[in-house]
Order: sequence, then C-alpha cells, then structure tokens
Amino acid sequence: MLEVKDLVVAYGRVQAVKGISFTVEQGQIVSLLGTNGAGKTTTLRTISGLLKPVSGEIWFEGERLDGVPAHQIVTRGIAHSPEGRRLFPRMSVEDNLLLGAFTRRDAAGVRQDLDRVYGLFTVLGERRNQAAGLFSGGEQQMLAIGRAMMSRPRLLMLDEPSMGLSPIMTQTIMRTIADLQAEGTTILLVEQNAQAALQLSDRGYVLEVGAITFSDTGAALLEDDRVKRTYLGVDL
Amino acid sequence: MDLFLQQLVNGLSLGALYALIAVGYTVVYGIVQLINFAHGEIFMVGAFGAYTTWMLMGAPASLSVGIALGVVLPAMLLGGIVTSVTVALLMERLAYRPLRSAPRLAPLISAIGISIALQEAVRLFYGRIPGFPDSRRAIPFPVIEGITGRTVQFGGLTIQYSALFTLGALAVCTVLLWWFVNKTRMGRAMQATSQDADTSRLMGINVDRAIATAFAVGAALAAVAGLAHGLRYNNIDPLMGFLSGLKAFTAAVLGGIGNINGAVVGGLTLGVVEAMATTFIPGQFGSSAWKDVWAFVLLILVLVFRPQGLLGAKVVDRA
Repeated sequence: MLEVKDLVVAYGRVQAVKGISFTVEQGQIVSLLGTNGAGKTTTLRTISGLLKPVSGEIWFEGERLDGVPAHQIVTRGIAHSPEGRRLFPRMSVEDNLLLGAFTRRDAAGVRQDLDRVYGLFTVLGERRNQAAGLFSGGEQQMLAIGRAMMSRPRLLMLDEPSMGLSPIMTQTIMRTIADLQAEGTTILLVEQNAQAALQLSDRGYVLEVGAITFSDTGAALLEDDRVKRTYLGVDL
Repeated sequence: MDLFLQQLVNGLSLGALYALIAVGYTVVYGIVQLINFAHGEIFMVGAFGAYTTWMLMGAPASLSVGIALGVVLPAMLLGGIVTSVTVALLMERLAYRPLRSAPRLAPLISAIGISIALQEAVRLFYGRIPGFPDSRRAIPFPVIEGITGRTVQFGGLTIQYSALFTLGALAVCTVLLWWFVNKTRMGRAMQATSQDADTSRLMGINVDRAIATAFAVGAALAAVAGLAHGLRYNNIDPLMGFLSGLKAFTAAVLGGIGNINGAVVGGLTLGVVEAMATTFIPGQFGSSAWKDVWAFVLLILVLVFRPQGLLGAKVVDRA
C-alpha cells in the first residue's frame, strides 16, 4: 500500500533521514521505533509532503507521492495526526473535527463520522462547542486522532499518540488504534512507548540516527534482545 | 453640544475611511504575521483604478442622479477593486511569497520597496497615458451627481453625502467580511491557516491560496476606501497612500492587530479622536496641523498601557 524507497531528507546540510526503505501493507499496523532524533517524525512529515525529500521515492496505492503538494495528500487517502497534536486551539472541538473533513463534500457522511468520533470519545461530544485549547493532554490527543479520522483515510499516520498521557489514557488510545485497524484502516505508528506499540503492530522498523537498523514482526521485536535493552528498558 | 455631535459625526466618517484600510493590515497580519507596509499604496491604486474606469467610460459629466449612482459609481467601484486586488495579488506572489521562510526583516524591506515603486510608477507614468491628467499634481476626482457636494441637515447637524457613503460602505463591508470569514469554506481555511499553517496543509487546505485570499480581501476593502477618499476630498494623488496608510496601520494596532473587529473599532476611535482634538484642544495644539500628532500620541499611549490593543490580540478568529 505504502512503499518508501531509499528516502533521504535533510534540514540544510544535516541529513535527518539517510536512505531508509520500508513498506506498509494494506490492513497492517506498522510501527517506526527509535529515540529522539532518529528521523521518525521527519519521515512522516515527508510522506505528508510538508518536507521535500533530497532523493528517494514514496509510492502509495501505485502512485508516486513525493512531489505532490502537502494539501493534496489528504485527498489521496492519507491522514496525519502530527507530533504534539497541533490542534487549532482557538477553534471549538467541532470546528477542529470539521477541518479534518475539509476536503470532503458529502455533508451527510461528514455528519455520520462526527457522530462516530463523538461515540468513540464521549468527552469530545459532551464539550463539542468548547475551544480545543482548553482540553487536557489526553483529550486533545483524542481530538487529534478524531480529526485525522474525519477524512476517512485509508492510511492513518499517528505521531506519538501516547505522548504525555497517563497509562490508562495510553491504553484507551491504543485500544482505539486497534479498533480502527479492525475497521479496515491501515496505520503507520510512531511511538516512544515501544511496548504498547509493538503489542499492536504487525511489523516494526527500528530507526537509529536516520537509518533503519533492523525490522521484524511486532511479536518478534518484543522478544528481541536489542529492542528489549534499548527501547523496553529491560535489563538483560 | 451640537459642536460635539457634529465632530462626532465628522470623526466617525473619517474613522470609517481608516477602518476600511485598517482591515487589510489586520487580515494579512493575522494570517502571515507580516505588516504589509505597501497596503497604503493598494488603497491609492484603488482610487486611481476608480478614476481610470471613469476616464475609460469617457469621463461622463452632468449625468442624471440615477445614472451617476446606478451605473458610473458602481463601475468605478468595480474598477477600483479589480485594480487593487490585481496589484495586491501580484505583490504577494512576486514580493512576499518567495520570502515566506526568510527572516522577518526581509519581507518588511520588500514591502517598503513595493510601496515606493508603486508610488513612483503612478506619479511618473500615469500622466504619460494619452489623454490622462498629469499625476505629479493632485488630480480632481470626478463629480458624482447625487453625492459630490451634497449634504443633509439632521437635527442641527450637517452631514455630507460622501460621509454617509463611507459609513455605509464600512457597514456593508464589515457584514460581508464577517460572513466570508465565518461562513465560507475559504474563510475557515483562512482562520485555520492563521492558527497553524503546516497543520492546515495536513487538513488539505491550500495555504498559498488562503494567504492570497487574505491579501485580496484587504485590497478590495482598500479600493472601497480609495473611492470614498476621492468622494470626500475631491482629489487623489500618488502619495495619498502614505499618511492614510500610516493612520490605518495605527488604527489596526490601536484595535489589536490581527483582530478584524479591532480594526473597525480602532479606525472609528482614531477618526473621532482626531476630530475632537482639532475642536476641543485650545490654542495652536488644537490646530489641524496638530491632528496627526494627537493620532500618534494615542497610538503611543495604547502601546504603553495596552499593547495588545483595545480588543486584545485574538487573530482572525471571529470577524
């Protein structure tokens, strides 16, 4: 479904992503793991068109994606919930969600999806007219994911959805991600919480300073000594 | 008391002119955090566009009121708006967009350059068009039957029709702008862009187009102000954008830059303060030569005691 080939991305002279390749198959949850500065966020922002790659190719559903302007990516079927949530803080919950559906013209379908998000995250429905900036971190994260769902993406990219959340809230978010996969959405997940991410993932890629060092199925990576030591904090 | 009311009316109509221009500063600042110092010239170009339209119609004079108000005036308004919007869009595309990720000083200098270029282009070349008046001097603005020189008496107050035109134009523009920003897709795109441009792109918003639209909207209102200026002062000149632009910028800051309501309130306040100062401040300090001083004293006071402006610093959120 998504294929990234030899992707190189640089900020000025500094290469943040140094020729990585990976694939995401239809219906999978795929995780990108790695420490800060490994290039995970840069990769997602490049797929979204916010950054231009120096070289390499991005293919989605058989079409070349690199070079497509950022505002056209969402109509190709990809939604991106960015790092740090990036809500429109002075707009209401509902207006934020409606902006997620900005490119859609089917008012009835949008209405339906609004109700679906409110059903999934009841707190958002109860406070739909309040400014997004007034919500707690976890609630804002729900809104960020809900907003990304509003475009009915075939591929949903989530950047650090559990950042700054309590363990209970993290569980809720992870369950939601699993539910979305069950409904047929393919998910590309960037997480610091490797344990939680790998439990859900069909496949994981480990990034270190801009390069993929190894990859395997989620279950295998959970048992991998290198992953245990570096990302799961297990003392071996 | 009559004098006070008279000056209040005079001040409000002057302020309406400032407000129409001020909206352009504030809408553009709200979306790209750029003070478009060439906006005064967009206002000037709008006045010249309206005048040019009148010339192209054959400089019609001594018309019936119906034709003057029903045909000539709307055509001049349209001509002014088309001119201002075209120049503003070219300016955005050529002078600002390439500098969008440059340090903030760069577009500011670019703005000053554009401002001088537009002033000089009109001053030096407008009169070279065969049959057009020399624009190195002020050009008398066309007489519009039914408005120019006419006044209405109302309870001891004398109100010029041109003042009513300006106030009416401000009212109509404010309502239209509110509707546009809050009720249309492009309006929502502009609001989103003003809050977070990158995330707006992720939502599928064409940010370049939203920014260009902000410039176009501001330019359209400036053109309306250009026509109103011509009707009020009966002449236009290539340098008219400088002081009016500076006053309108003051009004935008006074009301809270980035806030559309603030631009309207700031413009009206500034106009009233000027009108009152020339009437009620005794001696030479109340002479009309000092009215600009009082306008900028007000700006300094606001910057010191309420730097976010009268209506706070909310960005294009709600018109």
